[in-house]
Amino acid sequence: MTKQSATEKDKPVEKDKPVAYAAADLLDLYRRMITIRIVETQLSRLFADGEVPGFIHLSVGQEAVAAGLGGVLRATDTVASTHRGHGHALAKGISLDDFFFELMARDEGICRGRGGSMHVANLSIGMLGANAIVGASVPIALGSALSHQVAGSDAIAVAFFGDGAMAEGVLHESLNMAALWQLPLLFVCENNGWAEFSPTAEQFVADLKNLANAFGIPHAKVNGNQVLEVEQAGQQAVAAIRAGQGPYVLECMTHRWRGHYEGDPQKYRDASELELLGDHDPVMLFQRVLREYGIPDEEIEQMRVAVHAQVEGAVERARQGTLPVWADACRDVYAHTIEVRHG
Amino acid sequence: MAELRFGHAINRALEESMRADERVILLGEDIAAAGGPFGVTRGLLDKFGKLRVRDTPISEASMAAAAVGAALSGARPVLEIMFMDFMTLAMDGIVNQAAKAHYMFGAQGSVPLVVRTPHGGGISAGPQHSQCLEAWFAHVPGLKVVCPSSPADAYGLLKSAIADPDPVIFVENKALYAMKGEVPNEPFSLPLGKAHPLRAGTDVSIVTYGAMVHQAARAADQLASQGVSAEIIDLRSLQPWDEGAVLESLAKTHRLVIAHEAVEAFGVGAEVAARMADIGFDELDAPIVRVGAPFVPVPFAPSLEKIYRPDAEQIIQAVQRVMA
Repeated sequence: MTKQSATEKDKPVEKDKPVAYAAADLLDLYRRMITIRIVETQLSRLFADGEVPGFIHLSVGQEAVAAGLGGVLRATDTVASTHRGHGHALAKGISLDDFFFELMARDEGICRGRGGSMHVANLSIGMLGANAIVGASVPIALGSALSHQVAGSDAIAVAFFGDGAMAEGVLHESLNMAALWQLPLLFVCENNGWAEFSPTAEQFVADLKNLANAFGIPHAKVNGNQVLEVEQAGQQAVAAIRAGQGPYVLECMTHRWRGHYEGDPQKYRDASELELLGDHDPVMLFQRVLREYGIPDEEIEQMRVAVHAQVEGAVERARQGTLPVWADACRDVYAHTIEVRHG
Repeated sequence: MAELRFGHAINRALEESMRADERVILLGEDIAAAGGPFGVTRGLLDKFGKLRVRDTPISEASMAAAAVGAALSGARPVLEIMFMDFMTLAMDGIVNQAAKAHYMFGAQGSVPLVVRTPHGGGISAGPQHSQCLEAWFAHVPGLKVVCPSSPADAYGLLKSAIADPDPVIFVENKALYAMKGEVPNEPFSLPLGKAHPLRAGTDVSIVTYGAMVHQAARAADQLASQGVSAEIIDLRSLQPWDEGAVLESLAKTHRLVIAHEAVEAFGVGAEVAARMADIGFDELDAPIVRVGAPFVPVPFAPSLEKIYRPDAEQIIQAVQRVMA
């Protein structure tokens, strides 16, 4: 069983008073979320067809977290991400071409086909990389926040991590240092109840709230399937951080729809849990909210169709991309190569 | 010319680098008010303040990765890991993150990070405070590794390491911290990847680095009295290492001894020997012989450690073998 009961109904966003959103902002949030959903769904197919090599870890079901925070961050803010990081990169603004060329191992990819899914990065927009080491995003973001502090900038750093990383020592060390130095660092836990192939409840005895509070760091837990709830909590956390109040922990309860990696048969998961995932679909839940805000169904559908066409276009261009060249790939081991070889 | 101790020369390089570039920051355990366990960073807190000279908790794993995050975000961190043995705790940040970022991000940005760390025995510090682990890092594509042998070299190489866009593991032999040597008053830097032909000779080449350079010099003095002319090549950089300089020396002497304080098996000497057996095979008149520590943890007892550490006598014996 996951920590969060799969039978629990996702509650609508609870507000003291309704937050006013412009229709354009709501549609922008929806565009970010539907982009991640369509990209991940396409990747699942491309992987099954052998067009995407390696390991991919999809964030289907968790789109509201990346999408909700994407609208809160500035271009100068930095993000360190996880192995399940496609959504974070897309929400930070990586282009579909940079992304798909990379995942399909082409020379035109943002990492020139050397990183792939687990290392998608775009330093020019503050995306410091997905990461194949569980928990590593946390101290990397810590250092990025430290750099912002030394430079005297008002940028913040964001550390995305999953609940599987809660047992990693670097998280505990980094919570301490972030609090000790009052760094501009937002810890974002995507809590989907699963630490790779095991229920987190069987791996981690503590609770993130208590852990954060032990270091005197404020913690907020939100329904990570409700994008507006994530967005509002994100605004609040980021405002506090930018105001110089130090780090903040945001725990987003969500669900992992797919296996740990694509191809994972998930024999360790109850059928009943998987059957109920649809009730927590962040895309469907947000469509309902959009209707409450008076956005016509046609506009919602038009957005989906437009994004789908953009993704299809990027995939098709990546298919036509060039394979990376070995001689080029050897040249970039160092930024400054010192030639010493003889013979 | 000023006579400076090895530790002071490093301090001067840090100070000049920090004055020249405000992005240079120092991170490490007890480096600020305490000035570091060997006093290397003494005085820098007062000159640059606690934002740029930052005492860190005893959290090596996070600090190594944090230094990478800082470097990717515009800072130029110099991280001190108090003893090289503690690098074991920092391996993910150094090996998976720092070494890979430039390459795996398709040459976007780089990681201008220096990790300063002391290695070596001789002070009865025992198995977890005495190791020479430089070969581990030289084995990882993306890292540069430097190991100076004198105050002037430590100063000049550290200036280059801090200015370099890539992660550099800067290894300081703790037996050298108190060593005095002449350092020019004018700022200068020494190139990474270039060896220093310390002493010219005609009969045998002794390739070495770090504190072992001084054992090699003692050995060469004694060998000279026996009528053997030894050439000494101080590698200075271990990754990349100056194979051209070693090959050139071998082409002159036709005999090669490689000496380091690190464990002989799978060490830097193994790589030098293998490369010279390949590209220098036609020059060799004798087998290549290595001098290094035995395949044993560094023992605590002074009487045992004295036997453990390779010295001038072992270098002399190795030279006598290749001359036989």
